Order: sequence, then C-alpha cells, then structure tokens
Amino acid sequence: MADTPETRRDDARTLHRGAPMNAPDLEAWFVDEVLPLEAILMQYLRNHWRDQSEIDDLRQEVYIRVCEAAQREIPDPAKPFVLGTARNLIIDRIRRQQIVAIEKVADLDALGIAADIPGPDRSAMARDELRRLQSAIDRLPPRCREAVVLCKIEGLSGREIAQRMGVSEATVSEHIDKGMCALADMLYSEPPEIRRTP
Amino acid sequence: MSTSGQQPVAETNAQAASWLRRRHLEAWSEADEAALNCWLEQDVANRVAYWRLKAAWGRADRLAALRRDKAVGAPEAKISPRALKIAAAVALIAISGVVGNFWLRGSPPPKDAVYATALGERKTIALTDGSEIELNTDTAIRFQSTPAVKTVTLLKGEAYFQIKHDPRRLFVIKADGHRITDIGTKFRVRRDAARLEVALLEGEVRFDSADGRVKPLSLKPGDVVIATAHSAAVMQQPKRDIADALGWRTGMIVFKHTTLADAAAEFNRYNAKKVVIADASSARLTINGTFQTGDVAAFADAAHAVFGLRVNARNGETVISR
Repeated sequence: MADTPETRRDDARTLHRGAPMNAPDLEAWFVDEVLPLEAILMQYLRNHWRDQSEIDDLRQEVYIRVCEAAQREIPDPAKPFVLGTARNLIIDRIRRQQIVAIEKVADLDALGIAADIPGPDRSAMARDELRRLQSAIDRLPPRCREAVVLCKIEGLSGREIAQRMGVSEATVSEHIDKGMCALADMLYSEPPEIRRTP
Repeated sequence: MSTSGQQPVAETNAQAASWLRRRHLEAWSEADEAALNCWLEQDVANRVAYWRLKAAWGRADRLAALRRDKAVGAPEAKISPRALKIAAAVALIAISGVVGNFWLRGSPPPKDAVYATALGERKTIALTDGSEIELNTDTAIRFQSTPAVKTVTLLKGEAYFQIKHDPRRLFVIKADGHRITDIGTKFRVRRDAARLEVALLEGEVRFDSADGRVKPLSLKPGDVVIATAHSAAVMQQPKRDIADALGWRTGMIVFKHTTLADAAAEFNRYNAKKVVIADASSARLTINGTFQTGDVAAFADAAHAVFGLRVNARNGETVISR
C-alpha cells in the first residue's frame, strides 16, 4: 500500500538524497517550495533588471531553469538555488546583449544574494490565507470577479455562469482565464506585507 | 522575450489557463486528458505555467468551503432565533439554487447507518462516490447522506478518511461538537475521552472547533490539530510522523521515543488482554520500534530484552515491572 509508513519513510529519504524526481513529485516540490518564494524572486528581479516589462518573462525563465535542474536533482534548500538561478540568468542576459549590457542592470554590484532575505513565514501565511484570498478576489475586475465567484463559490458550470451573467460562454471563458492568471499573480507575486494592509 | 527562445510568458499563461478552465468547467474526456498531458510534456515552460495557475486556482477553493458552510451547515446554539431563521432561509435558498434539480427529479432517500469495529478489528467502508473510510479498533461512526451534504459523526475511536471531493456536496465530519469540512483530501481523526486529534495528509480541510470562540482553521497537509472542548491548537508534523500514526491501517503500531506507559496504552486500544506497566520508573522509559497491533508478546519481549524488565502474566494481564 502506498501509504504504509515504510514507503513514506523511503520516499522522504530519497528526496533528501537529491535523486531524480517524477512529474507529480516535481509539481509538489515546485508548488510547496518554489512558488512561496515568488514574491522574493520578483523583488530580486525588479531590483536588478531595468526593463520592468520583462520581469514576468524573467521569472518564467528562472522557473524553467529551476525545474530542469530539479528533474536531475532536487536543490535543497530551494531558496538560495532559486535566487542563484535568477542571478545567473541576469548575468547570462547581460553577456548576450553586450551593447546594452550595463543599462539593463539597475545595480551590477548588488547582484550578490543577500543570504539574510527572510524566507516566507509559513505560519503567518496559513493564518492570513483566507483574508488574502478574499482580498485577491475583491481586486479582480468586476465582471471577471463575478465569473470567478460563480465558478468557485457557487460551483456553477461554464454554461450556467453564462446564463446567470447573460453573456456568451466564450466571454465567460475569457473572464475565467483572466481571473486565473490574475489570482496567481496576486497570490504569489505580491509580498505579504502589501496583502496584510487593510 | 527575443533573447531566450521562449515564447512570452503571457502567452503560455493564457494557454495554461485555457486548459485549466476546460478541465474544471467543461465536459472532460480521456482524450482531453491525453491532449493536456501531451501539451504539458511538450515543454517545461508549459508545465511550470500550468502548475502555478493550478496551485493558485486550487487555493481559491478555500473560499468555497467558507461560503457553503455558512449556507448549508445549521449553526449550533448560542445564536438568536432571529439569526437562525435568517440562516435557515439562506440555507434553503442556497440548497435550492445548487441542487434544485435534484429535488425536482426526486432525490434519493436520506441514508443513515452506523458502522462499528470491535476491539482489535479494522474495517474499510467504501462509499458509492469512491470515498473510503477506514475504521481502526474500537471505533463507531454514523453516516448520514442527503443530496446536499454527507455527514460522518465519529462516535468514538479513530478513522482514516480518503474523500473524493464533490463541489456540489459537502462532506462534513463531526466529533465531540467539532466540525471538519472536507475539500477533497486524506486525513485521520481520533477521538479520545479528553481530546480530538485531526491530522491532514493531503488536500485541505476546514476545522471548526466546538467552542465557537476559536476561529475556524484552514488546514494544510502536515497540520495536526489537537482540540479539547475549549481549545484548538495546530502544529506541523513531519510527513513520516503522520504516516507512522497511520500504521494501524496495515496492522502496525509505530513507537518513536514513546514512553512505555504510552506504548502500553496504545496496545490496550487493540487488545482485550491489557498491558500494565507496574512502576513509575519503568513507565518513563522510552522505546522505538514497529509492532503488530495484536502482538503484545513481542512488546513484552522487547521491554525485557532492552531494559531487562520482568514480564509476568497475572489475572489475564501482562504485567511489566522492574
């Protein structure tokens, strides 16, 4: 049985040894260990990259590199690895775009990673979860929020939401897709301090 | 971004959101699942975008638990009759909105059944929706089912729940006045005379303590709640400890720095032939090990071999002493 204590114990040991991971484990690791660092990662990228319109793409590139590495071996702990990857990515980009190199980086000397950036406070995160969710939902554009609420809270299907809102199903799909992306940004990219402010 | 060879993340996110929405809101076939897997396997960029949106979208499920619970669950006492009336009206509206079709088509009769295990017995109850409840020794539950909500009341003992989430039908576990509202998950609940223990392995649950003054808790995997009539404390436990506490599912008990007194009490949950630790200094010794729930002899042998304690059979009891 997959849930026997012995199996679980072996799993845990393998993880710590840094063995290759399968897809579900990799997803769990990404969600549990990497995504909670997103606010810190975003802050780091914003501070060290001038063109703010490229920050989301840089973040995605960091995630890709991190997950590619994690397929071979799990980096433990995650935080220095994620920030180290961000730093290397920025250096790579500067090398490739030699002409604009220095302009791109806000402060080249500051690329070093402050080891004392506090990690996410997990217990505080759990406590604030509902408030944070509520605040994220509240800040969606009105029609988008309506569609998300009907979907998440009332549990309606796409067609039912369309009927309730008096719009086409395609429009509902647009609202939901937009809501999904916006929620992910609000729940992961924003530093917790901002969310706690009433 | 031109330099990376990756498509802009906004596009990847849009595709990921489209997959996620279709999977959650529309008819979803095996062919769709295969197509999604194919898209995910194409590129690690697709996977990270999809995982990220899925994780955020899943977190928003917690809101649903709160709203539904307010609407469907009847508030217990301490509330003015007027508030109760309003709540009842709200509940009725919510129920007719969500499951209206059910009632019109003629709902199945509410089910009500009690399941129990004897000392040392284990039993698995499979529900028609694919959920499973495993009962440990000396345990009793009442199962009630209506179109809007399934309720399991833990009358005594310990059970392990693997619940298939149904967004249209709440799954609520009640014990000692506390409520656990499931959001698709695996968890363990143990009820003793003095306290209730809830350990979450996967998914999410909401915990409402019997004392209305304690705030509702949203539990994540690894969370263990210890609740008494007037308190509820949450702590994080390593996965393997939570798994060890479920050793009984395969007929095992796992001790880790457990005092002999606690170990004996644990054996006594499963066996009519009780273990007695006769003196306080022996009771404080701690042991590690994995035992079969029925194998008191192996436990007594270990106490003898490791600590040099004496083992005697007396009045149908196994007495361990200096």
